[in-house]
Amino acid sequence: MELFVFICASVMILGGAIGVIVRSHPVHCALSLVLTLFGVAVMFIALDAHFLAAVQVIVYAGAIVVLFLFVIMLLGVDSSENLMIEPIPVQRPLAVIVGGSLVGVLVTAIVQARSAVQTGVGAGLDDALVTGDHDSNVRQLARSIFSDYVFAFELVSVLLVVAVVGTVLLARRPGKVSPVQ
Amino acid sequence: MIAAQPTTTWYLVLAALLFSIGTVGVMVRRNPLVMFMCVELMLNAVNLSFVALARDLGDIRGQTTVFFVMVVAAAEVVVGLGIIVAILRRRPNATADDMVELKG
Repeated sequence: MELFVFICASVMILGGAIGVIVRSHPVHCALSLVLTLFGVAVMFIALDAHFLAAVQVIVYAGAIVVLFLFVIMLLGVDSSENLMIEPIPVQRPLAVIVGGSLVGVLVTAIVQARSAVQTGVGAGLDDALVTGDHDSNVRQLARSIFSDYVFAFELVSVLLVVAVVGTVLLARRPGKVSPVQ
Repeated sequence: MIAAQPTTTWYLVLAALLFSIGTVGVMVRRNPLVMFMCVELMLNAVNLSFVALARDLGDIRGQTTVFFVMVVAAAEVVVGLGIIVAILRRRPNATADDMVELKG
């Protein structure tokens, strides 16, 4: 069963990822990205990270992709890009070679390192099937964030405020300062 | 039916494939918005490997890291799209190659 879920989610993830880089229309790219993000959310559930799966769907698929689509439509850049034009002559074969060798290096490193790392050294994840508590993942994650990492959590909230203010300044139309109502 | 369980290595190899597809996309595509989506693919690949190793090592801090990565990625998308809006409003249909004209 877990194998079946893994294969289905892998097909979603890789199909969506390839769709992002080969579709010529930006809106189609964004929709392929949604497919990949949902596949990653399925993987998170298979890996017992229930809270992160929910956050993945809400934040990534719900907010970030919608932001992409808003920018595409508001700016009217939704014209198809002609993918046959290759501005730098050997760029694409070179990019594919670099990508393929990156896969080779990463897979070799993973296979080599997996035999050296010992597993299960941590305190263990709370399993909802074992504890009988359906919120166990959320509870455990919250305990980690709000005790060990509470300072980082507060800093992240400052980061979000700075990002919002900075974006409003960046995207404002220059030269026209509207009077304060 | 032989029920082989997917091990952590499988998840890590999948994350490596996803990361490499994102890298190729950044190198090949010229539309800045699509390049940005490829960066999101790479971030998701890293998140996937973090969660897989969190289960493998039995350590919740892997998931905590992914939580923070997601928040920072959201902030990064907001700022990046603000910059792209500022550029594309001035010259629609600009590609990443046209940005060399900004110098000087």
